[in-house]
Amino acid sequence: MTRKRFGHAAFQVVFWLVVAIILFYVLFPFYWAVKTSLTSPGDLARTALHWFPDRPVLSNYLEVFRVQPFGRNLVNSLMVALGTVLVSLLLSAPAAYALGKFRFRGKRPVMYVILAVSVFPQIAVLPGLYAVVKWLHLYNTWGALILSYLIFTLPFTVWTLTAFMREIPTELEEAAVIDGASPLVTLFRVLLPVMTPALVTTGLLAFINAWNEFLFALTFTSDNSARTVPVAIGMFTGASQHESPFALIMAASVVVTVPLIALVLVFQRKIVEGLTAGAVKG
Amino acid sequence: MLDLPEVIAAPAKRGRGRSFEGRRARTALWLLLPTLFAIALVGGYPLLRTIYLSFTDANLGSGDEPHWVGLENYWNVTEDGVNVGLLADPAWWRSVWNTVLLTITSVSVETLFGLGFALVINSKIKGRGLLRTAILVPWAIPTVVSAQMWNWMYQDSLGIVSAWGRQLGWLKVGQSLVANPDTALWALVAVDVWKTTPFMALLLLAGLQSIPTDLYEAARVDGATRLQQFRRITLPLLAPALLVAVIFRTLDALRIFDMPYVVKGNAPETMTMSIYARQQMIDNAQFGMGSSVSVLIFLVIMMFTIAYMTLSRVNLEQTQ
Repeated sequence: MTRKRFGHAAFQVVFWLVVAIILFYVLFPFYWAVKTSLTSPGDLARTALHWFPDRPVLSNYLEVFRVQPFGRNLVNSLMVALGTVLVSLLLSAPAAYALGKFRFRGKRPVMYVILAVSVFPQIAVLPGLYAVVKWLHLYNTWGALILSYLIFTLPFTVWTLTAFMREIPTELEEAAVIDGASPLVTLFRVLLPVMTPALVTTGLLAFINAWNEFLFALTFTSDNSARTVPVAIGMFTGASQHESPFALIMAASVVVTVPLIALVLVFQRKIVEGLTAGAVKG
Repeated sequence: MLDLPEVIAAPAKRGRGRSFEGRRARTALWLLLPTLFAIALVGGYPLLRTIYLSFTDANLGSGDEPHWVGLENYWNVTEDGVNVGLLADPAWWRSVWNTVLLTITSVSVETLFGLGFALVINSKIKGRGLLRTAILVPWAIPTVVSAQMWNWMYQDSLGIVSAWGRQLGWLKVGQSLVANPDTALWALVAVDVWKTTPFMALLLLAGLQSIPTDLYEAARVDGATRLQQFRRITLPLLAPALLVAVIFRTLDALRIFDMPYVVKGNAPETMTMSIYARQQMIDNAQFGMGSSVSVLIFLVIMMFTIAYMTLSRVNLEQTQ
């Protein structure tokens, strides 16, 4: 009996060790970025390998907004991501209604086409999309990015909302239809209010994807009037050549990451649900 | 978009004319139309345009209309007997090899790690909520940011990873894993694994949680060890979720662009297919040639998709 209990205790210790290692592995790089962002560029060469900041300063955070047009990049990212979410949800809610609640021929092929688009490599449509963007005179605008981001947000939002739509009791929709409500009224007045949590989850994931996008943002913008944060961070250079720009880059990185981590912590249950809904229910 | 005619054809069965079903079908079409139009505009048309451009000499710099050149972008033997086509370009094949290598190692390692994470989180320990929250951190960090964070840790003199490498005697002063062409790709695999393991873990966790617990009870009653339970219950029942997660991640890894590009730019030792395509297209302004690369990438990814679909069908038939 005691031997068994000892084995159990040993198992517990090993287990907690594993947990500690996992925690260190996933959190350390972010901690390191925060630590570096609090070090003044002049001190960096001396204290880069210290585990804790010697003299924490906020100067890098001020510098990011003063020297770099980072505020502008943030506004661009925010507007592009919000615009993408809005357009995606507006387009995909009716589509999900059709795919989730209607019976018609050609439904399966439509579902397959939408699923196929979601595995399109972005680079495969880049040349053609470039032509569309030029043709619509959207080059170097928010519009170019909102339009091009639809290729990865739309399949995802349609697919996920359809999965959620199927779960709404059919009686609800039938009652509205019998009362003579038009399809759009049924959708916007009856179904969508019930689906608010699903809309939040789906919208949030689309927002994160749009916020993080790099390839299209790099290719369809040419200056800071529309350049988003990931491109700005990817192309970051220091104020002078002698200073390593990494303290600044880390400050900028922390600025864009903290809101995301906050969102994720607040909505973590919903996010996990949304991430797995497409895969498991679909 | 391809099946639009069929969708339109549905309500056109005049036999039932104004029946309820027919009206419903027509309504469904109207509800779908904006989405189908948007997908045609940002997906269908650009793809067709890319395929067309791949047979032309389109150039980003000149305003001239592109000329049809047939297969010259892909295969073009000049009078000197030199093939200047894409399929004979060693840089292209190197980028294919880099991408496939990165995909295979990255997806295998993160499947193992993800499975480990998922098993730990799924066990009934205190603090599992904390762990589940913590693993969302790498997932939430933008790819470009995670690339820069690791770039900093890999930095030759001030990077912490290089410092650890020196302490272990693996690296000499001034050496870094990303700067060395022999190790650069593996250094990038480590970044990709760190960033994407959480996604894998979450998908597998959802799979684990759908396994009924009474199966384990029954196994315990029958005297099965933990290892036997894992091999006979967990793995087979997790297989579908595992397959979906691996497919998702493989298709994602094959098109990777941002992380290697931010860390290494156009360096040949870490150039992926997408980076090669963009270099041809934008940096070299050879739009036609770049489009050909895009078409080839599309074909490679289609091949993987078909292979997986065949594989999963075989798998499904076996389990039934």
